[in-house]
Amino acid sequence: MFDQLDLSKLIFGRLTWEAIPLHDPILLVTFAMVAVGGVAVVGLLTYYRLWGYLWREWFTSIDHKKIGIMYIVLGLVMLLRGFADAIMMRLQQAMAFGDSAGYLPPDHYDQIFTAHGVIMIFFVAMPLITGIMNYVVPLQIGARDVAFPFLNNFSFWMTASGAALVMVSLFIGEFAKTGWLAYPPLSGILQSPGVGVDYYIWALQIAGVGTLLSGINLLVTIVKMRAPGMKLMKMPIFTWTSLCTNVLIVAAFPVLTAVLAMLTLDRYLGTAFFTNDLGGNAMMYINLIWIWGHPEVYILILPAFGIFSEVVSTYSRKRLFGYTSMVYATVVITVLSYLVWLHHFFTMGSGASVNSFFGITTMIISIPTGAKIFNWLFTMYRGKITFDVPMLWTLGFMITFVIGGMTGVLLAVPPADFVLHNSLFLVAHFHNVIIGGVLFGLFAGITYWFPKAFGYKLDPFWGKMSFWFWTIGFYFAFMPLYVLGLMGVTRRMNHFEDMSLQFWFQVAAFGAVLIAVGIAAFLIQLVVSFLRRDQLRDTTGDPWNGRTLEWSTSSPPPPYNFAFTPRVHDIDAWWQMKQHGYQRPTEGFLPVHMPKNTAAGVVLAVLSAALGFALIWHMWLLAGIGLLALLGATIVHTFNYDRDYYIPAEEVAAVEEERTRMLANHG
Amino acid sequence: MAETTYNQTGHAHGGAQDNAEPLRFHETEEHHPEQGTLLGFWLYLMSDCLIFACLFATYGVLGRSYAGGPTGAELFDLPLVAMNTSLLLLSSITYGFAMLEVQRNRLRPVMIWLAITGLLGAGFLGLELYEFAHLLHEGAGPQRSGFLTAFFALVGTHGLHVMFGIIWLVTLLVQLRQRGLIVENQRRLFCLSMFWHFLDVVWIGVFTFVYLMGVLP
Amino acid sequence: MPFPKVVHIVTLIAAVALLAGCDMVVMAPSGDIAVQQRDLIVWATVLMLLVIVPVIILTLLFAWRYRSSNEDATYAPDWDHSTVLELVIWAVPLLIIIALGAMTWVSTHKLDPYRPLDRIDAGQPVPEGMEPLVIEVVSLDWKWLFFYPEQGVATVNELAAPVDRPIRFKITSSEVMNSFFIPALAGQIYAMAGMETKLHAVINEPGVYQGFSANYSGAGFSDMRFKFHGLEDEEFQAWIETVREQGGTLSGDAYRQLAQPSQDVPVKYYAEVMPGLYDKILNRCLEPGSICMKDMMGHHGGGGDEGGHHHDAMTAHD
Repeated sequence: MFDQLDLSKLIFGRLTWEAIPLHDPILLVTFAMVAVGGVAVVGLLTYYRLWGYLWREWFTSIDHKKIGIMYIVLGLVMLLRGFADAIMMRLQQAMAFGDSAGYLPPDHYDQIFTAHGVIMIFFVAMPLITGIMNYVVPLQIGARDVAFPFLNNFSFWMTASGAALVMVSLFIGEFAKTGWLAYPPLSGILQSPGVGVDYYIWALQIAGVGTLLSGINLLVTIVKMRAPGMKLMKMPIFTWTSLCTNVLIVAAFPVLTAVLAMLTLDRYLGTAFFTNDLGGNAMMYINLIWIWGHPEVYILILPAFGIFSEVVSTYSRKRLFGYTSMVYATVVITVLSYLVWLHHFFTMGSGASVNSFFGITTMIISIPTGAKIFNWLFTMYRGKITFDVPMLWTLGFMITFVIGGMTGVLLAVPPADFVLHNSLFLVAHFHNVIIGGVLFGLFAGITYWFPKAFGYKLDPFWGKMSFWFWTIGFYFAFMPLYVLGLMGVTRRMNHFEDMSLQFWFQVAAFGAVLIAVGIAAFLIQLVVSFLRRDQLRDTTGDPWNGRTLEWSTSSPPPPYNFAFTPRVHDIDAWWQMKQHGYQRPTEGFLPVHMPKNTAAGVVLAVLSAALGFALIWHMWLLAGIGLLALLGATIVHTFNYDRDYYIPAEEVAAVEEERTRMLANHG
Repeated sequence: MAETTYNQTGHAHGGAQDNAEPLRFHETEEHHPEQGTLLGFWLYLMSDCLIFACLFATYGVLGRSYAGGPTGAELFDLPLVAMNTSLLLLSSITYGFAMLEVQRNRLRPVMIWLAITGLLGAGFLGLELYEFAHLLHEGAGPQRSGFLTAFFALVGTHGLHVMFGIIWLVTLLVQLRQRGLIVENQRRLFCLSMFWHFLDVVWIGVFTFVYLMGVLP
Repeated sequence: MPFPKVVHIVTLIAAVALLAGCDMVVMAPSGDIAVQQRDLIVWATVLMLLVIVPVIILTLLFAWRYRSSNEDATYAPDWDHSTVLELVIWAVPLLIIIALGAMTWVSTHKLDPYRPLDRIDAGQPVPEGMEPLVIEVVSLDWKWLFFYPEQGVATVNELAAPVDRPIRFKITSSEVMNSFFIPALAGQIYAMAGMETKLHAVINEPGVYQGFSANYSGAGFSDMRFKFHGLEDEEFQAWIETVREQGGTLSGDAYRQLAQPSQDVPVKYYAEVMPGLYDKILNRCLEPGSICMKDMMGHHGGGGDEGGHHHDAMTAHD
């Protein structure tokens, strides 16, 4: 009897049928929807015999462009999940007043706000940013791929595995109920004995490996693989911001890895890093996680700044104003982002001098940021502005972001922070900069580079709908939160006593509905654009009269990006080429050296996810097997020396000839 | 050669437009970007270094939180650790010899030196495990106090790295046997070399910061 | 504040007019510390609006003026640098931040929650010989326990203090981190187990104010609220008497019972309190046979040092 019990424990750990939330109608409906949707997708893929195609051309692809697109698809899918969480929270807070407890008990509600934060940062913003960098950076610097194409594929699948674990937590077990940074002692084993925090830890650790490796990859790509003539100060500004972001990734994510590993040890082995007793120190966790967390904010916003810079100069048909000061501003922000982490917990009781130091360093960041805003402003000055959708997002950003910046500086004044910290004012502030900054930037970037990736533009009508609904929705959703914050309302509340607050929450919920329409419009835009792709077709490769190298190649670019490596003389390399009446070469093609596809990335990532799942549920046997398999698969992969091939010159010539024909046909 | 025509009537911006020589806008030969593996691996090492930095910082914070339990001065066996340290330092030197032989392109000596390096590493690990077992036996496990938690985490993480280094080294020995000193293998040898020396440097930090300073009154 | 009072009043009126009808406690507090914090928010906002408003206007203006359909506007496609302009765009934010930074340094020191008060309100220094009322605060899962060492009583989820007398809060937590916050009185500060934080404040107007935990701490967090009564002296004495009359005994066992997680806990009074209970909670040595943190490693200096002297339950107290 006992032997049997132990064996089942060894295999299944703490996983039992009770872990399936059959009692929760909301989750059941969600599960049913996901199941139906999943079956439909799988069925369609099987019906159209797409599995082989997907596997060969996408999943195992080491082409940075395809990986970039996969990242963006992942980010958009997770956006739907993260937004579903958001609208559920808004609904709960608009309902739960006085005697009404709303429809979400704390147990469920607490998981939702935790999942919302985790998903939006790690599995929406990060994949979207990484995806755009992956797609655009090699093209902008005139390279054929990234420095480590296999690692790139592996990184993507690790990120996807992390996301998969978070999704699994919805239906097997639970997610963390700790808030998105899982402060101990609340996240310790005594206060959170369930699997929620473990899902959190392993999802982030697995995705974190992917993020770190992709950071190293892009960093080496930018440092080593720029086209001849592209000195550092001739790099496109988006590449500059990507460089800085990846420096931040490499220099910040290890801290997250370390601090989560310590929390893991506390939870799994009973060590005393962050415990209340035995000499542990929870403040250490809070410091360390914000030493990662603050740079993380700039990891997200810097590439968005880069996108705005590209967009504003393209649609103003003018060189970027103050390129040099833009670069220095970016670098200054990069460095300073490490010196401000304590402003996230002025209220922890550090001394006045420590608090003022971190408050003032935080304010100093607003100087280069302000300079950037002015640079965009003076790029528009004496330009010839067309209001295509990316430019609308940029203008929306410039107006919205400065408000978020202002409230941010306000929160950096420690005594002001004492009354605003943890309030809905704070929530409004960071949504103001993340939506108004990062997300607007991502939408601008997606719309801007979409024709490059797919060969046709996005439908502008639905793009504008999306923009207006998002923007107006944002103001409706978050301006009330500023007001509520000033009314002394704190965040993460499940229900309220004071009926007079309800009005503001209802307004905010209305704003969330507007945003939902904005998201829907974006999705409709994708469908409509696909259907109208022939009218929206970009045959030139340069639909916006662009300025940087990615517009010099075809849309979509050939696998090798450039038949001949470009030579760069100016920041706006392609603009200069056009000014010189550059003719693309039509003969003399050479074989192109390319990396080979491999399934190793998928295999390793799936094994990692399995290992993570086993560890979450204390399935020690599976965990052991998983670990050995992972190690074995890695070693086996290193025995593969056959990693590249040549695209024959004739094939290159054929592809290029096709393009020549297309250019000639459409003039 | 490819046809490249330029139209100098267009407006040009940038420094080069005044040159009589027309601007070239693409390479006509195959362009080989620089090899990035070593830089990439170096960046990885720096990120790893940050993990150690966090562990060191943690040790700095918790290193005196004995929670009524034993202190470093009571626990540490300096002669043992000194021996351990010399094993690891020696292994760095032998790895250096292996790399010298790589330059001379002599496969067999490379493999012999590597094997010696691996053995020294294994000896280091063995002694460390012995030390850990001893501590656990005395009831001074990582659960005892903040100090011991931080100690085991720091020293243990280093030990894990050495273990992975040894696994990598054995793998590489097999690959060297199979394919000899081809370019790929040389690159891998160089990466492992950086990794190995890096662990050595970290250990010097551990030895000084944890053990030497730990036994100070 | 070294700024003209007029602007102050104007912005306040504007803020109030804009948001009439809702109780903006942060903008209209009743305690001197919170009032000063409010003033700081207003001033910092005004200072930043000096640059924010022009940026928003210029964005709209430039976007309109330089639209491609406007044939009148100058088009200078290669104009990308102007030393004077770049100096200005770096200098303007710099100057504002210098002003704001100075304000920050001064106000952070002046409003440091650890700093004993030197005034009761804008025109009134603390009278000679007036000692602050000491209140010891413990956050439990999920309620607040308040000790009045001077009066020898304790309460759960109800707090009172006389108006115009400085209060000195000593704050800790049983397990999970919370944040002690009464917006009308003063800013918040974290409550952390095994550590003591401090808050000095004064309430200037009688009334009933909301207090709560501002840091999420688990399932019962939303109901972790209490009423804070600002009372005149004699009312405060009467309140203490009520506590004494109606209150039970807070023994070690009763505390253990109380510390069990519970939600939406009603107000409780304790007329008698086990001596040294707060200290034992703070030093985590309530259980018989356990060693207090301050004794365990007093000579080693204890745990974290990033918060300096403020945190340590372990080191010598001030």
